[in-house]
Amino acid sequence: MTFKPVYIVDGARSPFLKSRNVPGPFAAADLATASGRALLARQPFAPEQLSEVIVGCASPSVDEVNIGRVIALRLGCGQKVPGWTVMRNCASGMQAIDSAIANIQSGRSSLVMAGGVDALSRAPLLYSDKMVLWFSKMAGARTTGAKLGLFAKLRPAMLLSPVLGIVKGLTDPVVDLLMGQTAENLAWKFGISRDQMDEFSVESHKRVSAAQKTGHMSDEIIPLIGPDGKVYAEDDGVRHDSSKANLGKLKPFFDRKFGRITAGNSSQITDGAAWLLLASEEAVKEYDLEPIGKITDTQWAGLDPAQMGLGPVHSSTPILQRHGLGLNDLDAWEINEAFAAQILGCIHAWEDDAYCKEHLGLDNAMGALDRAKLNIDGGAIALGHPVGASGARIVLHALQVLRRTGGKRAMASICIGGGQGGSVLVETL
Amino acid sequence: MTYKNWKLERETDGESGHIAWAILDVAGASANALGAEVMTELGQLLDDCEKNPPKALIFKSGKAAGFIAGANIEEFAQNDTPEKARAAVQRGWDVYERLSRVNFPTLALVRGHCMGGGLELALACRYLLAVDEPATKMALPEVMLGISPLWGGMKRLPERIGAPAALDMMLTGKTINAKRAKSMGLADECVPPRVMENAARMLVLSNTPRRELKFMDKLMSGPLKSMVANGAKKQVAKRARPEHYPAPYSIIDTWQNYGGNGLAIPADKPTSLDSLMAHPTTRNLIRVFFLQDRLKAFGKDAKGFEPKHVHVIGAGVMGGDIAAWCALRGMTVTLQDQSVERIAPAVGRAAKLFEKKLRDKKKARFALDRLIADPKGDGVRQADVIIEAIFENLDAKQKLFADIEARAKPTALIASNTSSLKLADIASTFKDPSRLVGIHFFNPVAMMPLVEVVAGEKTAPEQAARAAAFVRKIDKLPLPVKDGPGFLVNAVLAPYMNEALKCIDEGMTPEAIDAAALAFGMPMGPVELADTVGLDVAKAVGEQLVKSGTPPKKVLDLIAAGNLGKKSGKGFYTYVDGKAQKGVVPQVGAGDTAILADRLIAPMVAATQKLVADGIVADADLADAGVIFGTGFAPFRGGPINYSKSTA
Repeated sequence: MTFKPVYIVDGARSPFLKSRNVPGPFAAADLATASGRALLARQPFAPEQLSEVIVGCASPSVDEVNIGRVIALRLGCGQKVPGWTVMRNCASGMQAIDSAIANIQSGRSSLVMAGGVDALSRAPLLYSDKMVLWFSKMAGARTTGAKLGLFAKLRPAMLLSPVLGIVKGLTDPVVDLLMGQTAENLAWKFGISRDQMDEFSVESHKRVSAAQKTGHMSDEIIPLIGPDGKVYAEDDGVRHDSSKANLGKLKPFFDRKFGRITAGNSSQITDGAAWLLLASEEAVKEYDLEPIGKITDTQWAGLDPAQMGLGPVHSSTPILQRHGLGLNDLDAWEINEAFAAQILGCIHAWEDDAYCKEHLGLDNAMGALDRAKLNIDGGAIALGHPVGASGARIVLHALQVLRRTGGKRAMASICIGGGQGGSVLVETL
Repeated sequence: MTYKNWKLERETDGESGHIAWAILDVAGASANALGAEVMTELGQLLDDCEKNPPKALIFKSGKAAGFIAGANIEEFAQNDTPEKARAAVQRGWDVYERLSRVNFPTLALVRGHCMGGGLELALACRYLLAVDEPATKMALPEVMLGISPLWGGMKRLPERIGAPAALDMMLTGKTINAKRAKSMGLADECVPPRVMENAARMLVLSNTPRRELKFMDKLMSGPLKSMVANGAKKQVAKRARPEHYPAPYSIIDTWQNYGGNGLAIPADKPTSLDSLMAHPTTRNLIRVFFLQDRLKAFGKDAKGFEPKHVHVIGAGVMGGDIAAWCALRGMTVTLQDQSVERIAPAVGRAAKLFEKKLRDKKKARFALDRLIADPKGDGVRQADVIIEAIFENLDAKQKLFADIEARAKPTALIASNTSSLKLADIASTFKDPSRLVGIHFFNPVAMMPLVEVVAGEKTAPEQAARAAAFVRKIDKLPLPVKDGPGFLVNAVLAPYMNEALKCIDEGMTPEAIDAAALAFGMPMGPVELADTVGLDVAKAVGEQLVKSGTPPKKVLDLIAAGNLGKKSGKGFYTYVDGKAQKGVVPQVGAGDTAILADRLIAPMVAATQKLVADGIVADADLADAGVIFGTGFAPFRGGPINYSKSTA
């Protein structure tokens, strides 16, 4: 099977804004529209000329049904440009890119705006099942007496214990584990210590901090302006003073008391959007575009939901094999930092003979991934993980790193709740 | 029987009779206006219906533009004697009286504009059904032309919605949208277009009684009538003096004492139709109405120019507000300045403007979506219109335009919002100087209807025509002017302010000067105006445009002390929360006030005359229109040149 390359014309993202336990300043569609409008404004073609808009989003709000279409219309693409939404949990943004690739390769589309968004700070509170049942009975009650009877049965606990939409979203529906608990599994499996996780996390903050100071982050960020005139120019989750001492103070969050994984060595809950403009070779010629890179392969993989964090190992390895590449033959790696234990787990898995034999069908271990090539500007532990956006962000950022360092090829890979992995191979031109 | 302007369509007879549709489609016009012929035909149409009575009669429009725009003002303005005016009024009053008494139910299906005589027709029907669309607007705006709703509006509107709401509508001429019309009882129902015909048929046959007036409203049209009338008079007096604007007082009198029938007022009373028609205000306001149409027509000369994307450079007060206004009017706008931080306050102001003007969260959000902060100036490449609104520095503007000219689409309109530089100087470094045109907005952009379209020496006429078309697209009034210092509006205002400041040097108080200007009918006194634009700016403009010796001394003293007017909290007045703290106006005779007003207005008149003579503006009528819509010059005076003729 030959993979017809798809060109990355341009890309941009919103700043990633950390959830402060109140609804953030922008809804998901606001984030995607504001960053997307500015991205489109710098193109030599009009928004109406797009073939389609594809948006990955894990938790749109209730008034953003088919958020992809909502965003396409708000971007000024006009009524004729279709817009749709894809959902593959943490890889929704990467799925949007892959869906765009599929349509471009089949000739159904030529110029596609694809990306992802989530505003996790606005995740809904849901009524408990008991409360829903109560509402339903109330709606059916015909007489005042019946209604009063129902009120008598109403318990404060039913009203005051809403289900957190975000907790539901971050729980595996099959094996019933919180995502953090699947990461605990990996830490246990590979013997990853709390100390190693915290060390990795401090490094993530340091790298993001450095990238902000050198302007490497702002190169890809579209600053947003709130309706109150306030400017949101940078990712605001990073702690410039992050240290192991600070992180060491945090309590285990997922397996309380006895676990290793804390809020500090996990990705943050964050609002953000990321976009790529993808084009066929013909569209590049037609609109006289100057692409910044191309996508030369993609891969999805499935694995045990209880070890979902190893998804990148499963999806990246086949790409390396197809291209005859070793781990360090690539110039840069972006692996989404869902949890420090999870990304360290990936590194361990590739170094582990038994794992590579049993799960990847290899004769030996893949080898040791050079940490200097991995997430050189940090990742989601410091930036945050707006679920739908992250998959698109790492593809864009992998290409930006290549362009900056003069590299040729990079892999962007992400683990997916539910036991999957996704990988995209990008190249400079 | 067939009509020139109406169609009477009878639905096929059912067992219990048929519904008839009276469709108004005035011949040879894009909108329905009610002239003598239309009204006469309406009478014939009622004859027809009485001979062969339908089960019900529904009025609707055959025009896409709307229901009825109102009386035919052009025709009405030709009634040069009181007898002719009375005859025209009587014809309308009689036919609507008749319509209100036919013995089958009637309904007006109101979609789009429904103004003046159009709303009076709808009020004469038993039911009013409003179609819920943004274009649906109801008003009795006669007062703005110095007349009153004489075809039964003054009688039927208070009956339908109560006196306080009715007087408010008639005295301000404000427009009411479909939802509001339903909630205040003006419309019986408010429905989306998809069910409007169904709803019209069901409602007209429903036999639903008219919603009763609230108890308080009944009191106010009964025992409390004179109290309400006096209250209304006091309200009106705050905004319009009876000697300047007699029409609102006539409306109150008609409602209070003549059962809403303006024809019943004896001709010798100041509130009578005859007195209104004889009053110069009425003539002047009708003239201003036509002048406004003339300005609008300047936007029609650039066929095929459909701008959608505007790029504005400079996110200061002017640039930012121009960008916001364009986004409000549906344009996609890229707003450029040196950093996002400089653009952000403009976006904040825009959000407030959208909320206030659109009153709909989703629409306001779409408008904000259309306003794109563009610190790198990426929008230049795609823009259909590019407006420069940076600080007034020739060198900076020339450098900026060199880049714009190189990157803009060949079809893009390139404009400067300069107010004090010569357009020809800015254009001198252009590869093609014929491309540059001036599009000069006034502050505050959202409030000021006029925009000067400036043609420099080399500006191509088609570029000026395209600029005027753009100005119309964003719902402003374009005034073509030539490239002279201060163009029209500032060149007229400067000597007016200068004269006021000279009066201060002579020892008059700011309060006395401003009071005289207000008594004349200006929206703001010249001293407060100088404070508002900033005394430093006023001085600079004065030096550039008046050129008569040294600037007034008191201004220089204030500037030297750092008191620059409203923006620094103190100028001629002290400002608290943005409001001038005025002392007591010294008591002087009306004659003295008028003499002072004339002294202030005289330089304005002279400047306007000179600008017409110099060809800066094409003719005296356009000059009057420009000064009225650009400065707020008392509209009832008909503009400075019209005023000078009336006093000559």
